[in-house]
Amino acid sequence: MQLIECPWCGAREEAEFHYGGQAHVAHPEDPHALDDEQWARYVFFRDNPKGPFAERWAHAAGCRRWFNALRDTVTHEFLAVYRVGDPPPPVPGTAPATHRTAPGAQPRQGQEATS
Amino acid sequence: MSDTYRTADHGHLDRGTTLSFVFDGVRYTGHPGDTLASALLASGVHRVATGIKYGRPRGIMAAGVEEPNALVQIEAPFPEPMLTATTVELYDGLVARGLGGQGRLSDQPDPARYDTLHAHCDVLVVGAGPAGLTAALTAARSGARVVLADELPLPGGSLLGGAETLDGAPATAWATAVIDELAACPDVTVLSRTTAFGHYDDGLVLALEKRTDHLGAAAPAHVSRQRIWRIRARQVVYATGAYERPVAFDDNDRPGIMLAGSARTYLGRFGVLAGRRAVVFTTDDSAYRAALDLADAGMRIAAVIDARESVAAHLLAACAERGIEVRPGHVVTGTSGIDRISRAHVAPFADGALGERQGVDCDLLLVCGGWNPAVALFSQAGGPLVYDPEPGAFVPAGALPTVRTAGAARGTTTLAGCLADGVDAVADALAALERSVSPAPLPAVAATAPAAPGRVLWRVPSPQDTPDGSHQFVDLQRDALVTDVLRATGAGLRSVEHVKRYTTIGTAHDQGRTSGVMTSGIVAEALGVDIADLGTTRFRPPAVPVAFAAFAGRNRGELFDPVRVTALHPWHVEHGALFEDVGQWKRPWYYPREGESMDDAVQRECRAAREGVAMMDGSTLGKIDVQGPDAGVLLDRLYTNLMSTLKPGRIRYGVMCGVDGMAMDDGTVIRLAEEEFLLTTTTGNAARVLEWMEEWLQTEWPELRVHLTSVTEHWVTIPLVGPRSREVLASVAPGLDVGNDAFPFMSWRDTTVAGAAARVCRISFSGELAYEINVPAWDGLAVWRALYTAGAPFGLTTYGTETMHVLRAEKAYPIIGQDTDGTVTPQDLGMSWVVSRKKADFMGKRSFARPENQRTDRKELVALLPADERRLLPEGAQIIATSTVPAPPVPMLGHITSSYRSDALGRTFALALVRSGTRRIGETLYVPLDGETVPVTVSEPVLFDKEGARRDG
Repeated sequence: MQLIECPWCGAREEAEFHYGGQAHVAHPEDPHALDDEQWARYVFFRDNPKGPFAERWAHAAGCRRWFNALRDTVTHEFLAVYRVGDPPPPVPGTAPATHRTAPGAQPRQGQEATS
Repeated sequence: MSDTYRTADHGHLDRGTTLSFVFDGVRYTGHPGDTLASALLASGVHRVATGIKYGRPRGIMAAGVEEPNALVQIEAPFPEPMLTATTVELYDGLVARGLGGQGRLSDQPDPARYDTLHAHCDVLVVGAGPAGLTAALTAARSGARVVLADELPLPGGSLLGGAETLDGAPATAWATAVIDELAACPDVTVLSRTTAFGHYDDGLVLALEKRTDHLGAAAPAHVSRQRIWRIRARQVVYATGAYERPVAFDDNDRPGIMLAGSARTYLGRFGVLAGRRAVVFTTDDSAYRAALDLADAGMRIAAVIDARESVAAHLLAACAERGIEVRPGHVVTGTSGIDRISRAHVAPFADGALGERQGVDCDLLLVCGGWNPAVALFSQAGGPLVYDPEPGAFVPAGALPTVRTAGAARGTTTLAGCLADGVDAVADALAALERSVSPAPLPAVAATAPAAPGRVLWRVPSPQDTPDGSHQFVDLQRDALVTDVLRATGAGLRSVEHVKRYTTIGTAHDQGRTSGVMTSGIVAEALGVDIADLGTTRFRPPAVPVAFAAFAGRNRGELFDPVRVTALHPWHVEHGALFEDVGQWKRPWYYPREGESMDDAVQRECRAAREGVAMMDGSTLGKIDVQGPDAGVLLDRLYTNLMSTLKPGRIRYGVMCGVDGMAMDDGTVIRLAEEEFLLTTTTGNAARVLEWMEEWLQTEWPELRVHLTSVTEHWVTIPLVGPRSREVLASVAPGLDVGNDAFPFMSWRDTTVAGAAARVCRISFSGELAYEINVPAWDGLAVWRALYTAGAPFGLTTYGTETMHVLRAEKAYPIIGQDTDGTVTPQDLGMSWVVSRKKADFMGKRSFARPENQRTDRKELVALLPADERRLLPEGAQIIATSTVPAPPVPMLGHITSSYRSDALGRTFALALVRSGTRRIGETLYVPLDGETVPVTVSEPVLFDKEGARRDG
């Protein structure tokens, strides 16, 4: 049972959390300006890196807040947690996690594009 | 015959108390402090079980959890299968029998309690032997919060079985003094009879405490029998000791063949001589301690067979003093005996070749092939192991940042070394926690000569007259032989992990403690590789068998899963409702009257709703209160239709879709005020919808000023349904104008119902005139009773979820999650009307334009009418186009999602998702079922009151 550091509540057992998939995937500003493939990339495609990965987590059985985390998908180690709207902190010796953001997908308030 | 092998004064027993027990139908006695194994040995019983594959007699080989042989079944007082006699503490009235490798589960429920406790500490020390005790004492004196867990009832670990002295007194006295000091520290928790069995992420260690097992029938009922400790430790020190390992030779499985150190333990801890005349076969110095102690206690040591060419002079002298013959450069090649060893076969062994065999009579053969550090938990924690040629074992390769080993678990072999090790390991642990260290004082150890190197010997070659290894057991519990290992390597297996699975070695409940490293050694020899490169198998939890009951703890029966009930639940129980589980909710399913079948009851309830008046408990509907200036904006983005234009006082039905355009949930939205909405969700989806809304609000649109609150349990919700519902409501809500113009469909009013503040909504999930009465949960039961009384003159009937389903299905109102499966759009459900064309965007809108969503052969919701009006089709049944089932792959057109008997229609019907369903209206399709195909007619989904004429009464 891993401990996950909720930025609001502190370390809690992983069973209290829900996984929310890749972070920093902004909802496209105007979905209707995208062609079908661009839209499908937003809806269905996510990165699947081996190593650090920026993810969204919800402290579902706690404060109910969503937050972001950098997690190593090989070791499951949480390298950092940070609040929604903050950019992912740099991981020493690694490139920041990136996402192939669909053209037309503009970062919105509270979202930092990383590509 | 009991106690015939008991010495006069050894051991930690309460000799003044006698315990009576029965083993294999024979009555014996023992004393408090005994294990079942020690009490049997004290009575001269060695054979306690039989091997699982070959049915050979098996005895007691060890004195603890490493025992591979002595499997027993407890019959009374608690039936329990597959325990090792070496770990069962003796109690009065114990009835047990030996097993042939497999136990039998009890068919009686276990009346005992089990529970779980959490503990948090700076330092967890596992093992209360010399290293663990100095570790725990150092941590405690340094002011750390400490948990010390040890599997034995008494502290001391290996000291219990030996004759060592510390500070000039018996070492166990020192151990007791340390435990007393620890127990007096407020921040120290000492857990005895507690075995750590699993090391998990972030310093979580699970341990099993056997709290009352040793009390037998005298165990108090209010104390849990076993407890799982979930210990979250910032630093862990494993001072888990070491397990002696045997050497494989022919017929090495006979009763009376025992590990040398275990025989010493039986003497030191239990005052038991495991035999009268012993042969000791060893590859290192440690077995001499056993030989000398046992000889001093009165056992005749016929010979010490030492595989090494030379033996240290002081050992030879000590043996000579006691008249013990030592044969260096010799090995045991085999044994004789039937139910008990009667002779060891001994031969010179030089350059890999056996010399001439000679028999030595004995009733006990003690074997020592070296010691393996107990590294299972360290390995579970991810700690790396490395092969150390001296002493010929896998030892921890250093420490992890939060996990350390100390003492024999680290490969330390001397008592002085172990005592110092504990202090050092905890000093490192405390340093990592940035705490200062107050080292425990080390007691004075009597001087001993340094040990000479041991010889690494995995097995002795079989004599010429036997196929090599065919009678040499590696894993005695699995009855796996050396030849099984060689067969595995002969089949091309090169990894010990593969050999383990091929041979099952190490998979029994002793977890290969006496066989795992030996297997690596034999594989390495067979493949001609270095055992250091080959390695050993990875250890996994649980390290010792743990009963499912212990894992379950209190989460059994009613407490297995939380049960949610509404405020009206007692009334439903009182009135004979049968219940349906919906998520964690108990919902009334139907209310059968005397002699009624389910069908009868549901038909009656449906008729009441359609022809008179009926009510149900709808309190489980998820309810989310949405407040804030941007509440309307948020709902516009999440629902497919417009919510911001809703006027306070009005209600709108809405559907939520995912970004993929698939229907996710539906419900009603009522506008309470300019900046406040209350929305309902499907019962089972409430938490998910709230989380979904929070997700968008928090991650994508944090600029929206909206707050979401779950209010599901604040309200009792009572749908009052049927043509006469208006009259019933009017009679209990005198302040409410219930007229159709004053209180139209899809509006709500705050009023008083049966004296309670109420919000009444005119919505209908049945197509009938209906009111949904919402009152604070506190008032719910009184209002429900008042309605029941007021409705009696109108024949008011209560109904459950089954009737609700029939009524809504007759109107083709879908249940999200039953009639949909995440691949169904609102359009597929025939609800294009709920999808806004005015809004520029909303969740899912862009996906509706995807080619996949534009296909004309999408599955659509339709009704199916079986040709046989009495035929009720099972939900989930498949639908095909032909009356005979074609050859596979059969073209599938869809499946039935809902199926009921309709009182209003006087027949059965179903809802189904059918490919191009709306263009097949009128077609006959087929449902293949158990060798027949049932013809059905595709119909418009709405089967009852197509015009919607009934909703206004």
